[in-house]
Amino acid sequence: MTPAAATATTNAGPAVVFDNVYLGFDEGDILRGVSFSVPARETMVLLGETGTGKTLTLKLAAGLLRPSRGSVSVLGQEVSTMSEKELLHLRERIGFVFQEGALFDSMTVGENVAYRLREEHVNEDEIEPRVNEALQFVELEHTADQLPSELSGGMRRRVSIARALINRPDIVLYDSPTAGLDPITSQTIISLILRLRDVYGVTALLATQRLQDGFALANFCFDKEAKHVVHCNPAKGGKDGQPPAPTRFMVYKDGRIYFEGDPQELLSTKDPYLRRFLV
Amino acid sequence: MAGTPLQIERDTTSEPKLSVVDVLVDSLKRWVFSVQDYSLLSARSVSNLATAPRYFQDTLDQMDDIGVGSLPIVLISGFFIGAVMVLQTGSQFTRFGQAALTGDIVAIALVRELGPTLTGILVAGRCSSGIASELGSMLVTEQVDAMRAMGTDPSRKLVTPRVLATVLMLPLLTALNDFVGLLGGCVASVFSLRLGAVEFWTRAIKALDFADLMQGFTKPMVYGFILATVGCYKGLNVRGGTQGVGRATTQAVVLASVMIIAADLFLTKLALYLGDKLF
Repeated sequence: MTPAAATATTNAGPAVVFDNVYLGFDEGDILRGVSFSVPARETMVLLGETGTGKTLTLKLAAGLLRPSRGSVSVLGQEVSTMSEKELLHLRERIGFVFQEGALFDSMTVGENVAYRLREEHVNEDEIEPRVNEALQFVELEHTADQLPSELSGGMRRRVSIARALINRPDIVLYDSPTAGLDPITSQTIISLILRLRDVYGVTALLATQRLQDGFALANFCFDKEAKHVVHCNPAKGGKDGQPPAPTRFMVYKDGRIYFEGDPQELLSTKDPYLRRFLV
Repeated sequence: MAGTPLQIERDTTSEPKLSVVDVLVDSLKRWVFSVQDYSLLSARSVSNLATAPRYFQDTLDQMDDIGVGSLPIVLISGFFIGAVMVLQTGSQFTRFGQAALTGDIVAIALVRELGPTLTGILVAGRCSSGIASELGSMLVTEQVDAMRAMGTDPSRKLVTPRVLATVLMLPLLTALNDFVGLLGGCVASVFSLRLGAVEFWTRAIKALDFADLMQGFTKPMVYGFILATVGCYKGLNVRGGTQGVGRATTQAVVLASVMIIAADLFLTKLALYLGDKLF
């Protein structure tokens, strides 16, 4: 899918809308009245301490969990009231990168990446080039025949990104994609997310505890001609003069949205709690 | 010291006190919900067969794993059980000068009761635990969520193939167990009771009628359904990480074995009733 197509599929309204969402378990509510919306092609960075509900927000957006109260809409469809069967179809347009990759450990890397295509009964002749293309995108084409257990943590995340993009989703949900990785590998992962955003024009929700991931997405963009990541000024635009895809931040505290705004607002905040993230 | 940044004094005044009745009611509720969830999963595993997508290759793989993989333990156990049956019953019949009846008794006991039930329990020990640990591991590593996120219904992909494979394979394993059991009985009767092999087999085959075979091959289908659904249910409801996987594995074997023995009572009563009415 081209960026134009991605925009066309979602320009009827915001790609993701949370309206007064509550989610609770036996120990009490984790999310308490969360409301926000993410326009198409925007990247929303979810920040917050552990256990504040970032992962749950992503799982609600994918329809893997249902809210106790409130509504969740994705790509114009009310996820919170859809049956599991309807959700299975909607999820074909959503990519999910899990925290630890969640690769199927009994399948090879190639089979993992091809999984979705085989489920959709895509012609076998078409599958191999698409798997190669996805693995080339994450620079892991040489690992197609390896098992996930033979890869490093960073490589597993990259395969997970390849698996998420195989059918060119409109939205990609990243659950702490750089958690537990060394700085260089984290940078590689963020570069891939930038490429995915700027090449395919996907809308993204990215849960993270690392503020630098969010600022990297806000301040850098992928130069398609030079084929590498370049610094771009959100106000002036990238190398081609086009403003990069907007990035916004949302900070969770105690299951509520404590802050929502653009990178400049976050940088200029005087709030003591938010300042702790900036240190 | 309480109240310092390192140790904050715990406010215990607001904690509700639970009575014994509350705990019992809570346990009862959890048990009822568990039965409900198990029933729904079992029903879905069957109803999935009526509609696409169906996973034939996964079913064949499971048939190989459950059926062929269980063959050695079933055959070895069957042989020794048959031999022991002959030794135990033969010594009693010999006291009354009726050693020739041993073949009749061993055949009826094996085909009607011991063959199906012991095969069920043996396969439960091997496969319920295997299914629970495999699915439990997939659950805690988010592979099940990943499957759902990619538009696959885990009950179709993971549960139905295992249930179908077990239901189809257990009668075949039981038939082999019965045959090898009679073989073991024959060997024991020849060497221990000095009965002729031809006499043993002739009496064993003549002792069996159609109702016995019906009973002997209906029971394993029910047992197969029980052991597969219990394994799947326990695996897909793991709580508490890898420790929970171990707990679920043990629970699956214990619960499946107990359910098989309990089901045996009702199935035997039903089979005897129908045997009288129909045959």
